[in-house]
Parts: sequence; C-alpha cells; structure tokens
Amino acid sequence: MRRGPGVLGWAVLALGLAFLYLPMALVVIYSFNAGRLVTVWSGFSLRWYGELFRDEALLASVLISFEVALLAASLATLLGVCAGLGLARRARLPARGLFTSAVYAPLVTPDILLGFSLLLLFISLGLPRGFATIVIAHATASIGYVAVVVRARLMQVDPALEEAAQDLGASPLKAFLTVVLPVIAPAVIAGWLLAFSLSLDDLVIASFTAGPGATTLPMRLYSQVRLGVNPEVNAVFSLMMLAVTLAAAAYAIILRQSARGPRTGA
Amino acid sequence: MSTSPLIRFEGVSKRFGDTAAVDDVTLDIAAGEFFVLLGPSGCGKTTLMRLLAGFEAPDAGRVLLAGRELAGLRPHRRPVNMMFQSYALFPHLTVAANVAYGLLQERLGRAEIDARVGEMLALVQLEPLSARKPDQLSGGQRQRVALARALAKRPKVLLLDEPLGALDRRLREETRGQLKAIQARLGTTFLMVTHDQDEAMGLADRMAVMRQGRIVQLGPPAELYANPVDRDVAGFLGEVNLFPVPGGGWRAVRPERMILSRDRPALADAWTGEVQAVAYLGDRTHYTVRLADGAVVRILQANTSSGPAFARADAVWAAFAPDAATVLDR
Amino acid sequence: MKRGGVERSAWLAYAWLAVFFLAPFALVLKLSLSHTTLGIPPYAPRLDLSQGLASVVALVRDLNFDAYGRFVSDRLYVDAYLSSLGYAGVATALLIAIGYPMALAMARAPRGAQPFLVAAVIAPFWTSFLLRIYAWTAILKPEGWLNLALRSLGLPEVQLLNTDAAIYLGLVYAYLPFMVLPLYAVLERQDQGLLEAAADLGATPWRAFWTVTFPMSLPGVAAGALLCLIPMTGEFIVPDLLGGSQTLMIGKVIWSEFFQNRDWPAAAAAAAALTATLVLPILLHQRLQARTLSR
Repeated sequence: MRRGPGVLGWAVLALGLAFLYLPMALVVIYSFNAGRLVTVWSGFSLRWYGELFRDEALLASVLISFEVALLAASLATLLGVCAGLGLARRARLPARGLFTSAVYAPLVTPDILLGFSLLLLFISLGLPRGFATIVIAHATASIGYVAVVVRARLMQVDPALEEAAQDLGASPLKAFLTVVLPVIAPAVIAGWLLAFSLSLDDLVIASFTAGPGATTLPMRLYSQVRLGVNPEVNAVFSLMMLAVTLAAAAYAIILRQSARGPRTGA
Repeated sequence: MSTSPLIRFEGVSKRFGDTAAVDDVTLDIAAGEFFVLLGPSGCGKTTLMRLLAGFEAPDAGRVLLAGRELAGLRPHRRPVNMMFQSYALFPHLTVAANVAYGLLQERLGRAEIDARVGEMLALVQLEPLSARKPDQLSGGQRQRVALARALAKRPKVLLLDEPLGALDRRLREETRGQLKAIQARLGTTFLMVTHDQDEAMGLADRMAVMRQGRIVQLGPPAELYANPVDRDVAGFLGEVNLFPVPGGGWRAVRPERMILSRDRPALADAWTGEVQAVAYLGDRTHYTVRLADGAVVRILQANTSSGPAFARADAVWAAFAPDAATVLDR
Repeated sequence: MKRGGVERSAWLAYAWLAVFFLAPFALVLKLSLSHTTLGIPPYAPRLDLSQGLASVVALVRDLNFDAYGRFVSDRLYVDAYLSSLGYAGVATALLIAIGYPMALAMARAPRGAQPFLVAAVIAPFWTSFLLRIYAWTAILKPEGWLNLALRSLGLPEVQLLNTDAAIYLGLVYAYLPFMVLPLYAVLERQDQGLLEAAADLGATPWRAFWTVTFPMSLPGVAAGALLCLIPMTGEFIVPDLLGGSQTLMIGKVIWSEFFQNRDWPAAAAAAAALTATLVLPILLHQRLQARTLSR
C-alpha cells in the first residue's frame, strides 16, 4: 500500500518546482522581447536570436566549450572508471587513504581552489595556458563524480559474475569488458554526462586555466553579463532550455524503462 | 578404471588473517565420482572448492588435477567449471548466449557452438526459453541455465556451490534427482559443497564432513550415517539420541531405530516415559518422549494407520535393539 | 584474492590525481609563503630545480610569512572567511527546510511519477548556472520583474539586490538539486514496512515520521548538507552577481586578489586557509559517503 505525498506534498512539490523554473521561464519569455528592457514588453521578436547567430565570438566560444567538454568528459570517465574500480574492489595501493581522499576531495573543493591551484601547477611546469589546460582542469575536477557513480553501481554487481566469466575461460580483462562493463554501462554513461555538463557550465576553473584563443562559453557570457544588460544572453539561455528539455524527456523515459527489471545479475 | 585419483589435495592450507580456513587437508577424489563436502558455514568447504577453481591460492600444500599441479594456473586456464551459488548469470545476455559464453572463449566455430548450446539446453530441458534473459526466468530455470553453462565446455570437473539452496522444497527434490541423473549420464566428476545434510546424502557417492578447516570423516553416506566418528558428525547428519555409557563414551541411536510401544518390549535397553510432543508429518510421526530419569529422546515412527499412534501425555515405553546403537567415544 | 587486477588500473587515476590535484595544493601552500613581485607571474621565489639542492635551500631561506601575517592581521580575510561560513550555514539550513519536504514528497509520490520528478529537479542543473543566477538579477533589481509584479499588485517595492537576502536566495536556488537528490535517494530507499509497523503499534503518521522516518534519514541529511555547505563557502558567482561591494565572501576575495590586485601570495594564503579549514568537513563527508554508499 503506497501512501501518496498527499495534498500538502503535491503543493510543496509544485511550489518547489515553480521556484526552480520561474526565473528560467521568465528569461525564455523575454528572449522573444523586441525591446532591450527587461520589464517592458515591446512585442514579439526573434531579433536577439538573429544577433546571437551573428555573434562570431560567442559562436566560437560555444564550439570551444563543446570540444573541451567532450574531451574532458571522456578523459574523466576513463580515469573515473579506473578510480571507481579501485575503490569498489579495494585495490592494493600505497597510502590507500590518500587515494580515497584524492578521489573524493575535488567533489567538494570550491572551484576557486581547483582553478587557482592548477594554474600554479601549469606555471611551474611551464605549460602554456590554452585549450589543453582547460581540458586537464575539467577532467581533474570531474573524475570524482564518475568514480562515485561507478563505484556505487559496482557495489551492486554480484562479484560472482566476473568469477563466472573467468571460470568459463575469459581472461580477467576480457571478463571485465564483456561481462561487468555492459552491466555498469548506465552508470558509466551517467558519469560521462555529468562530467560533460559540469565542463560546459564551468566558469571559475576555466577563467584560471584558459589562455588566449581558448575562451569558453561561460567565460564569454560572464564578460557580457558584467558589461551590462544584453538580451542576446536570454536567447542563449532559451536554446539551452530547449536542448535540456528534450534531453530530460529522453532521460526520464530511459529511467522508467530500467526501473522495470533489475539488472544486478542475480 | 584408473587407480590414480582425478583430483588430489595434498596437505593444503589456506589462511585468511589469523584464521585457518583450510587446515592441512589431504583428499583424493576419483574420476566420475559425485563427491560432496558437507559442513556448517565457515568450515572451509567453499574455500577448498575455490582453491581447485583457482580463485584462491593455497598457502601450503598442492592441488593436483589428473596428476598435474595447478599452482600458478589462473582460473580461466583450468579445465574446471563452477556453478555458482547465486548462479551469476550474465544479465545482459540471453540464455543461449550465457551457455555459449564459455565456448566463445575457446574460439570454436559458430556452427559447433550452436550445436553444443542446443545439446546443453536439451539436457536441462530449457530449449524453448533460449531467447529469454535471466530476469525473465524463475529461480529453478536460472539454476538450470547455470548448470548448462557450466557443463557446456565438457569440463573434467564440475564444482557446485550450494546448488539447491535457493530453491523451494518441492523443486529441490526434483532437481536433486535431475542432477544425479545428469552426472551419471555425462560421467563428469562433480564436487559439490553444501551445509544441507539431506542434499549431501541424497547425492553423494562419497562425502566428507568438514569442521574448522579439517576433514572429520570421509566415506559413503550410509557409512557416515550409521557409524559417525563423533557426536558432532552424528548430530550433523540427522537427529540422534545419545545414551551415556558408564565408564565413558556414548551409544548413539537414530530416531527411526527407536521403538515406541505401550507395553514393555523384551529388550535390555528400555525405559518408561511420557509423550511430550507429537509432530504428525503425514508419512511418519515424530515424538518427543520424556523418560522417567528426565532424559528426552526423539523417536520417529512410520504411520501405518491414519493419524499418529500416540498422543501427548500418553505413558509409553521407549527402547532400542542392541544392533541399533553405534558406540562413540567422543 | 588474485583477480588479475582490472582494478590495478586505479594506478592510472592515482597518478593523474597526484599530479593534477595533490601537487597543485602543495604549490598553493608554497606560494602563500612567497613575496609579491612585479612580473609574470607576480611572485617570487620560484622553484628552479636547475640549481639542484642549492635552489631548494635558497627557497626555504626566502620563505615569507608576510602573506599569512596579513591574512591573520588584516581583518578582511578573516571576516570574509567567517562571513562565507555564515552565509553557507544559513543557506544550508534553508536548503534543509525547503529540500526535505520536497524530497519526502518525491519519495512518497507514485512510482510512475518519480522518474519525471527526478528529471524535473535535475534538468535546471543542465542549463547554465551563470545564467540562472543572472536571471535573478533581472528579477531582483529595482526595475526588475519582482518589483514589476509588486507594483501591479499595488504593493510597495523592495530593494533586494545586493542584500544578504539575495545571497541566500541565490545559494538556495543554485544548490537545491544538490540537497533534494541525496535526500530523495535515502528517503526513497526506506522500507515502507517500517511505517506500517509503527502504525500497527499505534503511532499517528506525524509521530511515525518523527520517530521512524526522520531519524533514519539523518545520514542523508548530513550528506546533503556537507555536499552543499563546503562548495557554498567558496562560492564566487552568486556573491559576484547578486551581492554588492558590501558582500564579503572568500571566493570573491580570492578572485579579486588574483585578477584585480595581482596579489598572488595573498590569494594563495586565503586559499590555503580555506583549504585547511575545509579538510575536517571533507573527511567527515568521506566517512558519510562510504557509509551511505555501502548500504
């Protein structure tokens, strides 16, 4: 017997979600505002979208952000799976406590610290700041997220699965790739998506570790926002909302599918 | 038949931390045998099995298969296959793909693999379900897939880790029969590990009772049941009544060898008592009887008429014939 | 057990993190003990290993605790740090007050609705953090939407931008998913049978909540709180966009020391102090992570 959340519960949810979405909805609406001013509706217009698509610097930064995010997420996922394995399987490592801290600490370290400290490293290594340094920084910041998600999923997997695969003749690596990886795939993908979105959205770390010619979208948006009102930014946001709404819908459907039928290997 | 054993454990020991999970065990298992390791959890039976499979390495001693030492050989290279307690079916693969997995590692041709998979599924009677995924199967069906998968490579030895534990009673009895039949048909050596004495005795050609890492007694089930080496083994294999012998030692009598009657039987070992509890089990009745001297004995009697022969608080005589008792000194 | 060690690949991650996470922190510490100079980068001494041991000795002799002296004696840093903790603490309390009921409602919602609710809470996270906070400036500024709405309702206007209220609003808005989702995960997993048992034993739903549900959810509350509190302390964007020159938060201080004053050692000292005092909560967080994840 499942008690629903009740009238009060639904009211709380409605208010909470309204709180979350109201500001975003307002921005989307005003992205279609013909005038510059926020509070005056001057009629429907796609003018800001037009300006957006003519703003070369902004478009360039979008491309850079995507490229950085793709590389950083993939790197973070690779390393995060290794870290998750090490944590879940209690791999024999020197100073294991240090390893665990090194994996989890970036999750709660303020971006300011991450960015600043990495910049110091790049300087002392003599690495010129640019595209690569942002990728390295973003990857480092996200490894922990992937590791946490992968570790959690791995703990649910029957250890006998891998033993069974080896018992049937697969080498340890093959056993992992053909049996464990497919089972933890949703977690790995979720980790990748998490790392990807964190990279796309990051302002602070990128500001410290970027170089000339490698301006990310958040950096560009920040400088525009600092300079004053720029309704073009509203248009950017609306497009993001569109992309996210589509992705969120797909996500919810996939989540629903996997809620029926556990795949823990029993 | 060759005289040298197929499997040999020679002075094998394995420690985990301070505890010796397996303590200097020497054991031979012949080819074609259905051998069972029986014991409570923690006695080392599973560890011993895993030493053969290669998932653990012995700290001392040798493990030999067909005369060849297995040390250093990783699990995926040993001609031994295991049926896991949790079945460990690959959830993302169909039944057929699960059974085929081991064959794919041998790089056999597609046609041959399909043929072998079909053969195995027929053996366990699961052909119609070959396209299903594990989460679409019942517990008993999953167990059969696990068995088919483990036998697909025609291993010299099949290891079974508590194979019947997760099944309900009716299914357990059915499956027991099937396992025995399959083993006899294939002639594969089966090494099974269990804590359930019914399972062990119903399946084993020979069995070993283990306790705290050591083998306590070894032999055919009937031998162990009738002539247990000590009270623990006696009690582990079933219920037993222990009558102390003046001067030391015990006489052990199984409940079904005890005689329960209203009148005094013409036997030396006979006592009066009162029925304390009656458990009617359909084909037999289990009585708990309190003797005059305070001792409690358990008696099992087949039911020849409908309903139990005695009721609570009945005055009865409990006795046994001299050849029904086994003498135990410890 | 020799598993052939696929998990040995953890070495890869370990090495990466040692180079790109642990070593940089050592550098921050070292920088905080240096002088400011003119030049790029604007600090000395810098470790030049071409001189070998001699340069290390020279470095140590040249260590300068000025930055730390300033950090402690200059009220600005200490105040900024304490004020950041204050903001983060209040915001965390607000987050629990708002996030817990939401998470509870989600956990009690019909199974079919849950994935959609989760998606709805996560979705904002996937848009731009910067722009979501920026949206609040449009709402809260004197000519913004809030005052527009108030005016049209005949109510007096408010000045909320550049106030503490705006900071709390921004922090709560930004971190709400980070509080709701861990709480939801814990609450959703709770065995409904326990509540049925409580009811069977005579507890009202209210009592059952306070004596069964809430105590069992505390690890989740603690986890969510730490997950929010620590990053919020070092938050930059919220105070930068929604706060005024009066708002003192350590994240803003470090940023302006670095980008505006070009005083790297000062920024490093503030950063090192921030790190040092976050170590304890981080360790706590790890303990909780390990415990809740292993359930």
